[in-house]
This record gives sequence, C-alpha cells and structure tokens, in this order.
Amino acid sequence: MSTSAAKARIAVDIGGTFTDVAIEVGDRLITTKVLTTTRAPEAGVIEAIDLALADARVTPADIGLVIHGTTLATNALIERKGAKTALIVTEGLRDSVDMAQENRFEQYDIYMAKPPPLVPRYLRWPVKERLNAKGEVLVPLDEASVEALISQIGKHGVESVAIGLIHAYANPAHERRVADILRAALPDLWITLASEVCPEIREYERQSTASANAYIQPLMAKYLAHLDQRLRAMGFTCPLYMMMSGGGITTLETAIANPIRLVESGPAGGAILASRIALECALPQVLSYDMGGTTAKICLIDHGKPQSSRSFEVARIYRFLKGSGLPLRVPVIEMVEIGAGGGSIAHVDALKRITVGPESAGSEPGPACYDRGGGAPTVTDADLVMGRIDPATFAGGRVDLAPDRAATAILERVGTPLGLDLPLAAFGVAEMVDENMANAARVHAIERGKDLTGRALVAFGGAAPLHATRLADKLGIDRIVVPTGAGVGSAIGFLRAPIAYEVVRSRHMRLSRFDGELLNALMAEMQSEATLVVRRGAGEAPTRESRHAFMRYVGQGHEIIVDLPIRRIGPEDRHLLQNLFDAAYTQLYGRTVPGLDVEVLSWTLTVETMPAPPVEAADPPRRPAAKPSGQRRFFDPASAKFVEAPVYWRPDLLPGARLAGPAIVAEDQTTTIVSPGFDAWINALGYLVLDRRRS
Amino acid sequence: MQTQDALTQIRLQIMWNRLISVVEEQAQTLIRIAFSTSTREAGDLSAGVFDLAGRMLAQAVTGTPGHINAMAASVIHFLAKYPIGVMREGDVFITNDPWMGTGHLNDFTVVSPTFRKGRVVALFACTSHVVDVGGRGFGADATQVYEEGLHVPIMRLANRGEMNETLLEMVRSNVRTPVEVEGDLYALAACNEIGSRRLVEMMDEFGLESVDELGEHIITASHSAMLVEIAKLPRGRYDNSMRVDGFERDIDLVASLTIAEDGIDVDFTGTSPASNFGINVPKSYCDAYTSFGIRCVVGPSIPNNAGSLSAIRVKAPEGCILNALRPCAVTARHVTGQMLPDVVLGCLHQALNTGVLAEGTSCLWNPVFLGGHGLAGGDAAFENATEFAVNCFHTGGMGARPTVDGLNTTSFPSGVRNVPIEVTETICPLIIWRKEYRTDSGGPGTFRGGTGQIMEVGNGEGAPFVISAMFDRVKHPARGREGGGLGVTGKLYLKKAGTAMQGKGRQPIPAGDSIIMEMPGGGGYGDPFDRDPALVGIDVRDGFVSREAARQQYGVSVDGEGVVDRVETERQRALRAAPPEGPARPRS
Repeated sequence: MSTSAAKARIAVDIGGTFTDVAIEVGDRLITTKVLTTTRAPEAGVIEAIDLALADARVTPADIGLVIHGTTLATNALIERKGAKTALIVTEGLRDSVDMAQENRFEQYDIYMAKPPPLVPRYLRWPVKERLNAKGEVLVPLDEASVEALISQIGKHGVESVAIGLIHAYANPAHERRVADILRAALPDLWITLASEVCPEIREYERQSTASANAYIQPLMAKYLAHLDQRLRAMGFTCPLYMMMSGGGITTLETAIANPIRLVESGPAGGAILASRIALECALPQVLSYDMGGTTAKICLIDHGKPQSSRSFEVARIYRFLKGSGLPLRVPVIEMVEIGAGGGSIAHVDALKRITVGPESAGSEPGPACYDRGGGAPTVTDADLVMGRIDPATFAGGRVDLAPDRAATAILERVGTPLGLDLPLAAFGVAEMVDENMANAARVHAIERGKDLTGRALVAFGGAAPLHATRLADKLGIDRIVVPTGAGVGSAIGFLRAPIAYEVVRSRHMRLSRFDGELLNALMAEMQSEATLVVRRGAGEAPTRESRHAFMRYVGQGHEIIVDLPIRRIGPEDRHLLQNLFDAAYTQLYGRTVPGLDVEVLSWTLTVETMPAPPVEAADPPRRPAAKPSGQRRFFDPASAKFVEAPVYWRPDLLPGARLAGPAIVAEDQTTTIVSPGFDAWINALGYLVLDRRRS
Repeated sequence: MQTQDALTQIRLQIMWNRLISVVEEQAQTLIRIAFSTSTREAGDLSAGVFDLAGRMLAQAVTGTPGHINAMAASVIHFLAKYPIGVMREGDVFITNDPWMGTGHLNDFTVVSPTFRKGRVVALFACTSHVVDVGGRGFGADATQVYEEGLHVPIMRLANRGEMNETLLEMVRSNVRTPVEVEGDLYALAACNEIGSRRLVEMMDEFGLESVDELGEHIITASHSAMLVEIAKLPRGRYDNSMRVDGFERDIDLVASLTIAEDGIDVDFTGTSPASNFGINVPKSYCDAYTSFGIRCVVGPSIPNNAGSLSAIRVKAPEGCILNALRPCAVTARHVTGQMLPDVVLGCLHQALNTGVLAEGTSCLWNPVFLGGHGLAGGDAAFENATEFAVNCFHTGGMGARPTVDGLNTTSFPSGVRNVPIEVTETICPLIIWRKEYRTDSGGPGTFRGGTGQIMEVGNGEGAPFVISAMFDRVKHPARGREGGGLGVTGKLYLKKAGTAMQGKGRQPIPAGDSIIMEMPGGGGYGDPFDRDPALVGIDVRDGFVSREAARQQYGVSVDGEGVVDRVETERQRALRAAPPEGPARPRS
C-alpha cells in the first residue's frame, strides 16, 4: 500500500439495499450512495464509481487502489446460484453435510425446514480411505476408487469439486493425492481441498465450508475477472483488492482461490472503521453499531481491536435464527447481526405485540414511503412519521419519499389493530426495533464475557444515527460518535483495512502432554504460508503477526481464543499457556476450574500490514454556537412527545462547533437525531460526538 | 388518558421483551460455562424467572422441552420448604430430587432469590444435566432410584453467599467426575446471579418497585392468547394409544384429550404400569412433554409461562409409567417421556383439519459407550485398554408432516445437537466406520417419513467395550397418518458375530467386533401412491428410496439415475386399488 499512498484510493461496498462508494484524496473524503442493482451488481458499481469520481473531480488514472467488498458471494449461497458441485468424502461417511447437527433450530415449528446442503446426495462421492484422529492411516487410499470418479464428473457436468475426507485436517496426504489424480485428468476442473480452506476439526463445518468455497468459486472468479476488465476499460490502471470477512484486504489471486473468505465483507469494513475511530478518539471500549437497510450489526471493540472468530453462518433461511444457515469456518470479525434495518417490516402478532423484522422490504419494493409498490410498514416509515427523516433529502435527494404512504402503512397495519394513533404507532415500531437491538447487544456481550457499561457507541450505516441516542439510553451509554461519511461507513472502513491473511491448523494437544517443538514447526509452516499470501499484495511493506490458540478444558464443547507470544516456544512455556488460558477463561467466566487438564484444538496465525498510526483527535478550538439551517419537530421516545428542534447541515459544522439537544444534524447519506438528553460537538477530525447531558 | 394507556401498553410490551432477554442471558451464561456435554452441546438446560408466588414469568428458549413444565413446577416445592421470609441475600437453593425437579437425579435444579433494596423481588431458577451422579451411571438398568446415584433433597447450596462446603464435599466424593460436576453446580448458581443482576438493572431503568404488574400482564395476556387458540379447535374428546418397546415388556401409552372452553385436559388413564427398570417417568416430566406436544400445534408462538402452561392440564394415575412414584428407577425417563408428543399429537390429529405430523423415532438414539478396567470382559490382553465413557447424541427420522416430508435424522421432540465424529474419535479410542442414511427406512407416504441412519462403531484399540443402550422403536415402529406407511424399526447387532442386541440395557461388544446401529425411520403421511413421482425419482437418485421400494410402495417406475418412466408409473398406479398394508388410520 505504501507505493500507492500518495494517490487517491476508492472503496466500493455492495450491500443488500445500497451500494456505497468512498474516495479518499489526500485528506478529502468523498462518498456516494446508490441503490444496489441486484440483477447486475457490476452495473451499480460502475455507476457509483462514476458518480463519486465526478464528485471528487478525479479521473481513474488518479486512483492508486480500488478496494471492493460485495454481497455477491453471500447472495450466490442464499439464492443457490453457484456451480454444479460435487463433494468427495470418506467411504461410509457420505452424509455429514446433510445430517448437519441432527437437531431443530426452532423448537416449536413442526413445519420447520432445514437448509438443504449445497451438494445433493447423488453428487457426494465416497472414496476408499480412512485416517484416525492422529492422522494415521487406517485404510490406505484406493486410487481406483478416485479414478472411477473422473467419468462421473463429466457425466454429471460437475464444474467444481470439494474434497472433504475424515480427519484430513490432521494429515492432508489423501486429499492432495485425490486432487492430483483429478487434476491430471481434468485440468479445467475447479478443486477445493477442505484441508486447505479449513484445516479444522469437526467434519460437518469443514465440509460445509469446503463445499461453499467450491460452489461459489467459478462464479466469483468470473465476476472478479469481469469487473477487473470493466475497471481497466474505464481507465483504471491500479490493482483491485478485495475485502475479506476477517477484516483484511487481499489480492484478486487470493480472493479467487478462497472466495469463501469474501462473505460478509461489508460488515467487516464497518468494524474496521469503528476500530480506527476507537483509536483516534482514545476510546478504550467501543460498541460498534452499524444499521443499514436490511440488518443491524453490533460488534464489541476493545483497545481498538474487534473480537475475531472462526465460526460464522451464512444464508440463514429462518428468521436469522442460529442454526438455520450454512456454517462456515473462516476468519470473521465476531459480531451479532439481527434483522433490524430501515427496511425491516413491522407486524402485530397474536398477542397484540408489535414485532419488527427480520423480513425486510429491501430495495425493491422497499419501505412503503419509497412508493414502489411496498405496502408494508417498515422502520424507515416509522422514522419518517416521527420526523427523524426529511423526505426531501433522503439518500442525498436521490430517493423520493412519500410521507402519506408511510402514514397509511403504519396506521393500517399497526395503529388500527392496537388502537394507537399515528405517532404512537410509529413510536411503538421504533421502540421495538431499538429494544431488539439493545437485547441483541446485551446477549452478545454476555456470550463474549464483556460488559456494556462505560462503552462509547460508534454509530454508522444509513439508519444508525437516527436510532443511536435511544439505543444509548437503553444500554446506559453516555457517548456516541458519528463519524464523517457515517452513511457509508463500511466503504470507509475498507480504506482503513490492512492487507492480511489468517492461517489455521487443527493439532490436538493437551497441556499435560505439551510439545513445544511440534508447535514451533507448525507455526513456522503457518507463518510462511501467511507471509507468502500477504507479500503478493504488500510487497516489502512492514508487517506484524499475531498467533492464537483455541483452548478449552478437556471435556468442554466450546473453545476460547487465547493470544500467544510471537516467538519460539520452549517446554517451560506449557505454564505460560496454562496462565494465558486461565486469564482468558477468568475474563470470560469469572473463575477457573483448578485440577482440570486443558487442551488445544486449533491454532491460528495472522500476518498483516502495519496500520498507519492513528492521528489522535486534539481538542478543537471553541467556536460560537452553530447556525441552524432550519427547524423541524421530531418525536422524542423518552418523553413520548414531539419536540421542536433546530436542523443543522453537517457540512456547515466545523470542528469545535457545539449544539444542544434536541437537534437534528442532517447530511447527504444519513441524519443524526440528538435527543433532548444529549449535547453534541464536532471534534478535531470532524466527527460528530454526542455526550449525555449531566443532570 | 388514552395516550397514557397506549404508552403503558407499549411499555409493558417492551418490559416483557426485556424479561425474555434477561432469561436468555441467564441461559447463555449457563451454556457457556457448563461442563456437561448435554448442557453445552445439546442445550439440555432450562432457565427462567418466577414471581414470589412461584409462578413462572419467562423462560429461555433452549434445546430440550423436557424441562419446560417440570422446572416451572419445581419452584413451588422450594417455596414450600423455604418460604420467601427465610431467604437471605446470597442464598442459593438446590435439589436433584426427580419428583421435585425434572425427572432424574442427573438434573440439578437451582433456585436463587433476587434482592433489590433489601427485599426479594423475584426468583431465578435453572436446571441442567450434570455429567455424573454416581450410582450405576447413565443407563436404564437400575431397578430402584437408590441405585441411580446421589440424592440431594431441597437444601441450601449457598448460605448468604457462602457455598455449602459440606454438600459439595458429599457430591465430590460420590460422583465419577467430581471436578466437572462441581463446576456445573457453580455454573447453575452463576447463571442465576447474572439473571438477578440483569433484572435489578431492568427494574432500575423502568423505575419498577415490583414485577407484580408486569407479571400479571404476562400471565393474563398469555393465558387469554392460549384460550383464543384453543377456541379455534373443535371441542370434544379425542382418544389415542401407542405401543412402545419398554424394557422387560411392551408399554401402552393411552391418552384421552379433551378440548374445553377453559383449556385442554389430557388424561393418561389406561397407560401401562411402571417398569422394573429405569425408564419410568415422574409426573412433572410427563407434564413437560405432554404440554410440549400440544404446544407444537396450539399457540406455538406464545411464550412459556405460568399463564400459557396453565391452559393445559395433565392427569396420570399414580403408579402408571407416566406417574411413577419413588422408589421407581427413572434415569432413562426420556426414553418413555419423549414418546408423549406422538401420543397427544395423535389425539389432536383428529381435532385439527390441517392434520399433524406422523409418528417418528421420537426417543433419541444416544448410545453411551464405556471402556477400560472391568468393562473389557476380563480379557488379560486388554488390561491396559483406555478407560472412557462417551455419550454421543444421534437420532433416526422424524415423522412426515401433512404438507412436507419428515426431516431425516433429526431429533424430535428433543432438540439436541449431535457430537461430531471427529470429536468423538479424538476423546476416546472408538472409530465410527459408518454413519450414513439408511435406505428405505422412512415410512412411505405422499410425504415420506424422515430417513434413519446406520452407524457402525468399533474400538480402535481392538479391546472389548460396552454399550449402555436406551433405544426404542426396535419392536414397534413409528406409524404413519392418513394412509402413510410405517417407518422401519431400528435394530442393533454385532457386525462379525451377527448377534442381535437389545434396545435397552448394558451389553458387551467383544474384542475385534463392532456394533451396528440401524436407527428407525419416521412414519409417512398420506397415500404413497399420491406422491409426486418426480419426488420419488429424486429419492431414488439420492438413495433414500430403492428402485424396488419405489415400485412396490409408491407404484413409481424409475431408473437408477432417478428418471421416472411416466407411462409405466401411471399403469402401475392404476393397477392398485387398495392402500398398502399399514397402520390403522387414526381418523377411521
């Protein structure tokens, strides 16, 4: 990145409802938001880039790097539009990806459906071989059983193959041999090795990850090559990098080899932005709150680092419920995503309770107020009724809103059934969605052993600044930061992401039988793999490394992530690992269990480029009270009344400007509601900071 | 005033939501810190908040229905022994009494008072299944509850914040895995503490002095919502019975379900007497699965609390297997209890014009495997065989639904998750050679019953080992509905010796041999000759149904690739007039 630091950089994030672009030219940041063109996503990308280039008054030749994140990989999995894929498995164990966890994720719905596996049973092919948990060969690979598959591949028109043999995370030799045999016969076949994309214990999750990678690989390879060509045709000469779910960016080559790491890249960008802001504003503990058109994403950030994880579920088919999607074991930023966005639809249930989401009106037909044929009341409709949104300037004036449509929808579907007037019905909808988000944040925090008190909220995404003060009320949070370009936060996050790559290996090790030498050899191998990938994009730029162990007490079912030192490990380090585990366990659960042995299931190693040191925000000069550009009333949830408030145009507010709630701060891609309980000021970096007024 | 009422209404909704979130946090805490596999991996736990009269206000949605009503009823027993007035801040109460808690000694229920401003404002309760309670270990072989392990009557686990060290020492010295069990007891206390803390924060935020008004709202609203749902059903009495394997003899589960204006009554009069072995069901556990079965089709989205639960009343004569009294053995009570949703759904099928799902495997097939000293059959060659005890959760097929196929290898009514093969093989020397769908096991129907699976398990060290079996539907299959056929029964046998094994009880697997478990399929729904031939074709292509079965059971002619011969299929289907041999139709 250092080579192109002087040039402008551009980031494009395709989301479920909007496609966002951010261009950074020197210290100027230019942002744009257009509706996602679901059917031909690259058309939206090109349109948005054109708009943003014009706004920024730069040409493609001025751009040093394009960073792209897309929901295309996720959508291919949701809509089942990937390649015809086969899965090669160990004989006798053909059905792991279909049996899944043998459970129901929804206890009371007897009609519950499970997500069908990406590879149907007739394309799951056994080969004769068997390893044990140590990776020792119990049954050698019968190569004839592999060769027999070559004709099957042709006969069924299979484009892509995943190989997922039992215990291959411990010894990939059989998987590699199967790949060699197939590749020799069918050089054009796409081949994914589970032991490469996800060398981790647990056959269902590993095979699911490998199948998904194989399933989207031909499509993503084609899309990325095509987009790259379109960009070249526009006059771009710079490289195209892809945002990954783990929060790093990577080259096209790596992205095409591991397309599964491209899922959920938008939300990862948001978390990277919030982490950066935490460092700039010296906020040790942050709750990142990203609310867009379809969902809300909540992420905990401590000391400028988001929590990371390796388990994720994509394409949930049942109300965003855990277990209703396909599990992926890839590096992800740990966050909770709930069906609470501007487009989330409100209902009244059998108990006369208002429920909101997870169904979303999306961009087509969109909320009732878009007036595109959507009659269902949504959160955006409630926000409009409550005076939080100015219909004239929504999405920079590019989307016209019809307030009467919103009013009709809210009144008909919520107000009338409950005997509530229009403002109260809208309030009920907004209050319920805010409550859902607050509850999700609390449960997420407890799952991670974290506390929410004392955190600052970083709010971005088109809908978050509308709801932030109420969410802060519910979570007992006293400070909110709304960054510049908050409406396109994820795209800005892409600009801040390092070039990074994480490698995982499963090697079971009990601390009572600790083997430092084995660990050193393993880490060396992982380090060279990760470094190789990062160097492709980063050249000689300085990098840093982190190592983690996934540990648990023997007999437990969940592992916790423990930070490891970056150095050679000696036999005495067994005690160090024990102490690190004890500390992490205590942090999560408040105590340890003396006398119980500890085991490590998996190890990860990440190499990433060094981030530019954050510019800490200095105290801005004091300025006289800012001048409002108008006046509007909005409904205040705390007092359950409309309040009159001045409207400020955010670009008019310079660092040091102060204003008192109630107030409305409008900008092109979002609006910040400053409730009567908050005051706001602009910090030295131009961020809008809301502080709870001390009573 | 009207605005004020509207605001109160919205506020009550918000607080109700919050209370559910509080018990969700309580449950999550327990899942994260528990040691027992079934709690952690399988969600075999329960967590809830109660008012001072012992009425449950909210319960977390967790993996197993077995605790739903059982834990809800247990708090009353605690209050009878320790009234609110004697509770002190930091007190925690505990029991594993099968008849006061959730049906067997492995389940510990812990109740903690929540104090705010020096007063008790609510009670939190939770239940989880601990790894071991001594006695014979997890299995169905005991003849009296005394053999099944340590019994802890209702007593203090903590006194004013001080853990009861005497009790903990007794527990530690009576169980096989003292560290884990003690860890689980701490986890139960800790999760109640989280619940209490969150409730106090909530009361501060909303300025509540008591939860009475909110509690009343929750209970009244839920109860009336249940009555509205029940009112949609035709009143009347609906009878059903189902025969299952039992241990030493077959068991008839007989139910009479009455839909009335003020609720649903279920009477199990006529059910077989208690067994001599540990498959007996204490009444609270019978209530739990009975009410779960009904709630699957009546008001499934209404939250569980005293208001919704009280709309369903259950009667079972004392001494029958569904109301077994002390000293009956009860450890494997799930084997019988998990059959109850099939029984009551069979009653409701007659009342509902939409129909309900067919019978399924229902009881989990969770083999407990044991190895090591004393279990290797005294063979000197295996003196050093690795000691292990693993409980892996697996299951057969679920019954077909009235409009869709039954789910393959999916637990119902229990909601537990399986344990990955690779994890089982990492923690013990067993090798799972085979785990695959069992062709032709799902009952034929317009909608096919869920397919079962075949597992083959051997010892990688070659040593003998032991299975503690707790399986049903080995003799009596799951029945279909509306002309749907029987699911295929399960079986277990030794691979080399070929010897058939029993569905229940401890049995050895000799050195070098392995055990094959063929798990049952679910019953079908509707006449199989009405099944879309294209679906039969896909089933043949995917190996769920053989070509022969497609022809015989479905009248569909299909090649091995799943391509249907339309002409031949029409001809075959026209030939047949009578439905296939199958169970009696419940409606006829």
